Parts: sequence; C-alpha cells; structure tokens
Amino acid sequence: MTAFFQELGLPFEGAWLLSTIIGILLIALPVMLAVAMIIYADRKIWAAMALRRGPNVVGPFGLLQSFADGLKVFLQETIVPSAANKTLFLIAPIITFTVALMAWAVVPFQVGVVLADINVGLLYILAISSLGVYGVVLSGWASNSKYPFYSAIRASAQMISYEVSIGFILICVVLWAGSFNLTAIVESQKGYYGFLNGNGFNPLLFPMAIMFLISAMAETARAPFDLTEAESELVAGYQTEYSSMAFALFWLGEYANVILMCALNAVLFWGGYLPPFDWAPLYYVPGILWLFAKILFFFFVFSWVKATVPRYRYDQLMRLGWKIFLPTSLLFVFLVSGFLMLTRYGGAQ
Amino acid sequence: MIHVIAFYLFATLVVCSGALTILSRNPVHSVLWLILAFFNAAGLMILLGAEFIAMLLVIVYVGAVAVLFLFVVMMLDIDFAELRAGFVSYLPFGLLIALVLLAEIVLGIGLWSAGPIELAQRAGPVNPELSNIQAIGGLLYTRYIFLFEAAGIVLLVAMIGAIVLTHRARGGVRPQNIARQNQRRPQDATRNINQPVGQGVEL
Repeated sequence: MTAFFQELGLPFEGAWLLSTIIGILLIALPVMLAVAMIIYADRKIWAAMALRRGPNVVGPFGLLQSFADGLKVFLQETIVPSAANKTLFLIAPIITFTVALMAWAVVPFQVGVVLADINVGLLYILAISSLGVYGVVLSGWASNSKYPFYSAIRASAQMISYEVSIGFILICVVLWAGSFNLTAIVESQKGYYGFLNGNGFNPLLFPMAIMFLISAMAETARAPFDLTEAESELVAGYQTEYSSMAFALFWLGEYANVILMCALNAVLFWGGYLPPFDWAPLYYVPGILWLFAKILFFFFVFSWVKATVPRYRYDQLMRLGWKIFLPTSLLFVFLVSGFLMLTRYGGAQ
Repeated sequence: MIHVIAFYLFATLVVCSGALTILSRNPVHSVLWLILAFFNAAGLMILLGAEFIAMLLVIVYVGAVAVLFLFVVMMLDIDFAELRAGFVSYLPFGLLIALVLLAEIVLGIGLWSAGPIELAQRAGPVNPELSNIQAIGGLLYTRYIFLFEAAGIVLLVAMIGAIVLTHRARGGVRPQNIARQNQRRPQDATRNINQPVGQGVEL
C-alpha cells in the first residue's frame, strides 16, 4: 500500500504513515465489529445450551443487542471511587483494550496481507500478551478495594503460570516451522500426508494444539478458568468498581483477546488462511474466509466449554499449569527437537 | 526522517521515565515508570535493528520481572515518611556510585573509539544475511555453549537454594490429594432413598 501512495506523489514517510494508519483501521474496525457480533454469538450459544432463548428483542433475532448494550454503557456516567488512584484507574481499561488490539498487527490474513510482516512475529505476540496482565493488575490495585485486589493477584499469578507453558508450546511450533514469522509458520503447514493442511495433523504437535487451546482459555481467563471474576467469591473481580465505558473497554478487550487466541490457534496449528485440505479448488476461496471460519469454530469451542464445564478450583488451576502443562510441554520441546535432529537436520554426527 | 523522530521520541521517553522512576513518591508508580522505560528501550533496540533483543527485553523484563516487582510492591504496606527519611544520609553514597558509573561510561566509550581493544569485534564476523535470532543462536549454541550452560546451572542452583532456604515442613496442613479426588464418584458420596412420608432420614 505504501507504493500506491508513493505513486500518488507523496514522499516515502508520508505514504508509509498513511498506509500504516489505514492498515490499522482496516484491522481494528472489523475486529471491533467482530467483537460485537461474537458477544452476541456467545450469548446465543450459551443460551441454547441452557435451553434458553438468549437475546432476541433488539433487531432481527436480537442481532443488534450488542450495539444497544454499547449505546447504553456509552450514555452512562463513569464513576470513579473516591479512594481510587484516579489516573491508573482510568488507564487500566485502556491498556487492556489497546493491548488486545495491538497483537493483531502480525496475524496474517492471506499471503502478504499482514500489517507488520516482521520476522519475530511470534515473539511479538508473546511480548504483547505478557502486557495484557498489566491492565488487570492495575485496575485491581487502583480500585483500592478488597475484591478487585484479590482478583488482580489471582489474575497475575494465573496469566504468568500459563504464559510459561504457552511459551514452550510456541517453541515446538517454531522448531517445526523453522521461523518466528507467522506467514512462514502458516506456509510450513502445507501438505501433511499430501492432502492435509495444518500442524494439528502432525502427531507430535497435536497434543500441543490441545494444550494451547486449554492454555488460551486460562490466559484469557475464560470459563472454566475465570477465577479472576468468580462472582461467588469476588463480586465481579477486578471490574467490580468499574462502570460505563471503562467497564465496556474491559469487556471489549476481553473478547478481542478471545478472538485473537482463536486466531492464533488457527494460525499456529490448523493452517491459518490455508484451506484444511490441500486440494486445488479450495484455494479459490479467499484465505481470509478460511481463517474466519476457523476462528468461528474455535470460538464455538470456547463458548461450548464456557457453557458446560464448571469452574476450576484455584489449586486445581495452578496444578494443571505448573505440574501438568509445564512438564508435558517441556517434554514435547525435547521430542520435537529430537525428532527434527534425527530427520530434517541430518541425524547425530 | 521518521527514524530520527522515533529515536528522539524513544530516547526522551526512556530518560524521562527513568528519572520519574526514582522521583515519583508512590512505589507502584515507580514500577510503572520503570516499565515504560523498558518499553522505550525496546523501541531503541528495534531502531538499532536488534529486534530479537527488543522482543526479549519486553518478554523478560516487562512480562516477567516487572510483574513480580509490581506484585511485591503492591502488597507492601509502605510508610512513605520512613522511605524518604534516609534520603540525605544516602545522598553522598549515591552520588559516588553515579560518579563511578559516569567514569565507566566515559572510559568505555573512549576506549571503544580509541580502538586497540576492539570490544565489538571479538565475536568474529557475523554473516549479514542471517537474521538476529539465527546469528545469536549460532554463536550461543556453538562458541559459547559451555558458558551458556554454566549460566543455566547457576540459575538452577540459585532456584534450588531459594527453595531449600524457604521451604519448611509445617504441621497441621491438609494437602489436596488429587488422585483421590478424581477417583471419587457420585455413588460414594450420595445415595438415593425412597423416603416414606412423615419419617426422618437415617443419617
């Protein structure tokens, strides 16, 4: 796109700036729309599994429910508790929201259709996702209130624990693909057994795909790992003191994170923008549609789990993270690198 | 042009947030300024073309170290008056350390530009076509493999030491037995009875 603006007579810097801003808007606005629709989908799926109707009043089939909710919170007053640390209290939801959108910069939607095609893409995602914890921790601390504080401490312990195993899982994928670039990782998933696209069909990486799905749920604090906002213990967790847009920003950021994790699942393990089968006619469907279908599928899995699995106890959560996922993912780093040493990189010397 | 703007933006922010780290009165604010400083330092690294180091800086320092700082500082019950009391008595010592650091920086840069030690060239030429990660990995896992593993062992020893020092067997705790919990079935804990009307339940 930079080249296009340069042809219009702009200098390189101006063209670069303009094309980057347009690129950001082209990604951020659809993501926001997707968040609004996916909140609706989440509520519908959840309702269907509980034999309820879900939102069905605003617009046809209740499709405009999220927008009505958005309008409602937009018109409400932002209440800041008098004992709160005002600046941090207001910055925290902004951090959560911004960080949730930042990571989309490196997600490839098609060959070459990516905002920043950097060769440390996966590390960038790790870096950005490690920032996500600050929004929660700061909101808990700045609220100056008991339950948000407990929730913030729980959240930081939980996110750090699961980031460790996510790191090892990502290393397995990186070892297999031989690159940190997400486009290269997607391209490396072509043609398993001649007709399947996706690392998930690789027996060495399939357990990693499952573990990544579960860790992603824990990382985004979705049910069954939503101990940060366990309403029976902590009121509403770190969001307790928030109202109106500040609350909405948390909400949007949370769902944007969930969609991002679904997208990462698709990109890392199930072929991203590639069709599931390596069959020529399927490549005529635009890659972004395949990616979108995969994101929706994983989102359905997320909602399904949320609707059916009871919440974990905190010690069970920690045990799963540190005593099961960490050793298993470490073992698989060993297995994958050993397998690659024996086959791809010419055996023991 | 954009590089210059970005450099001055990042550099100014690093210096300012570094200063605010030690100037701000609330320790939590200090940690947050420190995080901003790390972040902008990562931006400077990217401008240098060291994108791998930049990402590691954010992942390790911002993602892990600073979170632990924040964690600890948040939970401390801090007496601000007591914190500021020692300022004057520590001032000469602090100034001394600052002076030593300044001298080291001047010496380091001076010797580097003077040239005979060739600080930057000891690792041998790196193929410019390799990406950062490959170049660092190639050096770290071949030439410096023993140093690298020694560093790992030092960390392991430190970790084991910390656990040994702080671990104590406490009486009166009832740890969860996960295997037993998983084996438990509904029939072990509940029973269905057909209770006649007007009679109590036999427990």
